[in-house]
Amino acid sequence: MSAATTTLIALALGTYALKAVAPLALGGRQLDRRIGRLVDLLPTAMLAALAVVGAVSAGDRLVLDARAAGVGVAALGLRFRLPFAVVVVLAAVTTASVRAAMA
Amino acid sequence: MPFGLAFGALTSQANLTLWQATAFSVLVFSGSAQFAAVDVLRQGGTVVAAVIAGLMLNLRSLSFGIALAPSLRGPIWKRALQSHLIIDESAAVALSLSDHIARVRAVVFTGSVMFTAWNIATIAGRAIAGANGDLVSSFGLDATVPAAFLALLWPRLADYRQRRVAIVSMLIAVLGVPLLPRGLPIVISSAAAVAGLGSTRT
Repeated sequence: MSAATTTLIALALGTYALKAVAPLALGGRQLDRRIGRLVDLLPTAMLAALAVVGAVSAGDRLVLDARAAGVGVAALGLRFRLPFAVVVVLAAVTTASVRAAMA
Repeated sequence: MPFGLAFGALTSQANLTLWQATAFSVLVFSGSAQFAAVDVLRQGGTVVAAVIAGLMLNLRSLSFGIALAPSLRGPIWKRALQSHLIIDESAAVALSLSDHIARVRAVVFTGSVMFTAWNIATIAGRAIAGANGDLVSSFGLDATVPAAFLALLWPRLADYRQRRVAIVSMLIAVLGVPLLPRGLPIVISSAAAVAGLGSTRT
């Protein structure tokens, strides 16, 4: 089985378990407040790490290339409250332009 | 929809088959988790790192499930199906309503609409991006992935505690890139940032 298929199956089962455990088993009980706070912070930490690693890494090296420019422009777009699709397209167009200019 | 297109494009960068890409969107049905896991694979990370990255992002599904549990009261097979439709959007709509029956309808309706759109977008994004690496590079599609993560992160940064965790996690992740096996910096930085800051008082 390929890495992608194994990941797919494990992630599908795990995600479903996370979604369904409370509706199927817990009933109306409330999470402990401290655990609730950690659960709330974790996605933020993950998204931050994913964004920065995707912008400035190539394998196990740190690189500053056209992608960083694209993600920088995306951040500007978000600052000015542009919609998701516009921000993503801006990132792609900026990266492509910087890459073409440097080539 | 745009996020689904970006996911479809990412699956071709990560050399997933069309079957695998579709199965991700049908069976996992959780945008950011699919994105994170496939991105880790694309970077050459291990299966374990990819699954952990996806599941950590999905811990919020657990809290949605807990918040919605009192409203989902039907027979167990119904609750099992409804649970699959719990995503950010359906949970947000449902939790904005106060009536139990309206909440269940919101989960089923919003969830089903999103499920359909998400799967169509995945296939379309894959078709547009193709399997051509040059195309990805010359149209800047590789920057859409971190830009999409940043866009998902942005609304969370309004809160001081969230912002602090984000910054610490970014620093540890960047430092970890040259030092740790691929895919691990993301998992380790997130866990460290939350463990270090999550319990402190502001």
